[in-house]
Amino acid sequence: MYTIKKAKQLNKANYLMVLDAPVIAKHCMPGQFIIVKKEENSERIPLTICDYDREEGTITIVFQPVGVSTTKMLSLKEGDAFMDVVGPLGRPSDLTEMPLEELKKMKLLFIAGGVGAAPIYPQVKWLHEQGIDADVINGARTKELVLFEEEMRSVAGNMYITTDDGSYGFKGTGTAMMEELVNNQGKHYDRMIAIGPMIMMKFCVLSAKKLGIPTVVSMNPIMVDGTGMCGACRLTVNGETKFACVDGPEFEGDNLDFDEAMKRARMYKTEEGRAMLALQEGETHHGGCGNC
Amino acid sequence: MANNVLEKIPVREQEPSVRATNFEEVCYGYNKEEALAESERCLNCKKPKCVEGCPVAINIPKFIAELKDGNFEQAYQTISESSSLPAVCGRVCPQETQCEGKCIRGIKGDAVSIGKLERFVADWARENGVKPKGAAEKNGHKVAVIGAGPAGLTCAGDLARMGYDVTIFEALHKPGGVLTYGIPEFRLPKDAVVAAEVENVKALGVTIETDHVVGKADTIDELMEEGFEAVFIGSGAGLPKFMGIPGENASGVFSANEYLTRNNLMKAFRDDYDTPIYRAKKAVIVGGGNVAMDAARTALRLGAEVHLVYRRSEAELPARAEEVHHAKEEGIIFDLLTNPVEILEDENGWVRGIRCIRMELGEPDASGRRSPVEIPGSEFEIECDCVIMSLGTSPNPLISSTTKGLEINKRKCIIADEADGKTTKIGVYAGGDAVTGAATVILAMGAGRAGARGIDEYIKAQEK
Repeated sequence: MYTIKKAKQLNKANYLMVLDAPVIAKHCMPGQFIIVKKEENSERIPLTICDYDREEGTITIVFQPVGVSTTKMLSLKEGDAFMDVVGPLGRPSDLTEMPLEELKKMKLLFIAGGVGAAPIYPQVKWLHEQGIDADVINGARTKELVLFEEEMRSVAGNMYITTDDGSYGFKGTGTAMMEELVNNQGKHYDRMIAIGPMIMMKFCVLSAKKLGIPTVVSMNPIMVDGTGMCGACRLTVNGETKFACVDGPEFEGDNLDFDEAMKRARMYKTEEGRAMLALQEGETHHGGCGNC
Repeated sequence: MANNVLEKIPVREQEPSVRATNFEEVCYGYNKEEALAESERCLNCKKPKCVEGCPVAINIPKFIAELKDGNFEQAYQTISESSSLPAVCGRVCPQETQCEGKCIRGIKGDAVSIGKLERFVADWARENGVKPKGAAEKNGHKVAVIGAGPAGLTCAGDLARMGYDVTIFEALHKPGGVLTYGIPEFRLPKDAVVAAEVENVKALGVTIETDHVVGKADTIDELMEEGFEAVFIGSGAGLPKFMGIPGENASGVFSANEYLTRNNLMKAFRDDYDTPIYRAKKAVIVGGGNVAMDAARTALRLGAEVHLVYRRSEAELPARAEEVHHAKEEGIIFDLLTNPVEILEDENGWVRGIRCIRMELGEPDASGRRSPVEIPGSEFEIECDCVIMSLGTSPNPLISSTTKGLEINKRKCIIADEADGKTTKIGVYAGGDAVTGAATVILAMGAGRAGARGIDEYIKAQEK
């Protein structure tokens, strides 16, 4: 059992948990993820590690209740436990494996879209610990949904807040902010790391390509085991099939087939929808409207 | 004196039409009377060929003799000396090519039904609370085993019986490896049989740590620094192969590993489990091995019409004879000498069919089997809403890529000595699918035994 040391609602869409998982906390690196399973009959859910404390033996996760299993996680409070937590899984971010001298010469820009701030935070924090201050665009739909603002500010070089509705910071997408920085504010970046919803990463990559900036993205496709066994998380990169769980989750965005990835992400939508209805409506649920 | 009845005692099974709609076990196994009657057919050969045919060399004539005399507990302990998983082996071993394949009675008439007798003895022991005998005392040496599948469980069980302090590290949340995630409930019940046999291994003093991915959480070198004197790698062959044909990443195309893991490990067929599985209307399974049969029969039970597409003919099907027979009885349609060339998608990216080409058999290839050759112009389409690729698996590189000094071959298999499991790294042994590539449960168990012997010799030599 893996005890929940802290459970907190961050805003109306996002929740944070700190888990007691010493083996993972000891070995994980930025960019890696874990799989949690609430109880015997739960799904295995992949979640990015968004912070870790090697001494305390804890890891931090942020999640959005979207499907049945993530919604069921809301019932877990401080002191409760997950039946299973496994990790760290996936490859650490390439940045952590580059020679430090080379890394120090690079100008880096992170673009976080919504909950994407969670996996970006440990990378920016790690860079800060190495004496590198990367720029960060922290974007969300609206002010209330901006995540990790203070934490990110304390480890980033420049931080730019963007909101789609203009309720806070720059009005527009993270991609638009990036274009503004490069085209109008004379900024130069050697590499970008964009993490957020798939559609956001797709457009970010397209735009960065035009500006000639290589972009790394982090993928979170459907997964079962997370160790390379099931192949559910396969993606096409440069025409080749890759498994996000062992070859990723980070990939060069330039040649990644986002359309295929978005299509595959919808694969269980009908089944999930039915399960979600059953969860919301409980005993009154008898297979939906009869037409589906 | 053995009787001279030519036919084996038939085994009772669930009616094909009934079992095609449920996940309960197909084969009921022998009851006491049937087992005793079948045991009468054993000649108790002086030079038992059956034992030679068994990868873990169970003393088959002895256990059958004990069974015949009504000493069921003794029969169980006889099997247990050589096998940690008899209830599993009685169900999933390819006996027709092993023990039973060598049985003298098979020359004229049926071989003795050794597998079914083994199953009877193991099931009797479980139902009567008989446990295998553990070590008299611990020897104080620590050994780590990676993977709680057939190879790892066998190696751990054998080492524990020798007195070693063994910890198994398992990546998934449940032990059993392929017995848990791969082989379906209707062939190998998970709680009644697999979990019970795992408990027997634990009863020998073995610790099993689940949710622990060696190669990610820690490395083999770290385990050795922590005090494990030797390590056995039984991490299996978990990586699914795909064909590399167009359309393979369409929605509705699954690896057999994914499909079976959802159904078996995650129990997606049960309403009270959250993991979803696609319930197809018409499914095409590509492949002809045991895993293909398992995927086909699972899709059938989830409500699909099922076609099995295999590029060679029936004689070359690598699956166990019993699985092919059961699959046919249940209504799986075999499209033999047929090979997929493309998977077709609808406007939403979901699979709508599979284009195949007819094959004929040419000259024998490297495997000794006649190689399939395409018949030009014979392409045709099978309409379907689901394709399950069951083309075999290869070893997972998680461990080999993080262990310095551990050499692998071209097929990504760990190089290890067949006799004792010794790898190119001192103190590290390996066996099972991680070494051979995908094979059978019993061959992995044989390799687990060999690894246990190798580790025992290694640690004893270190002491001197």
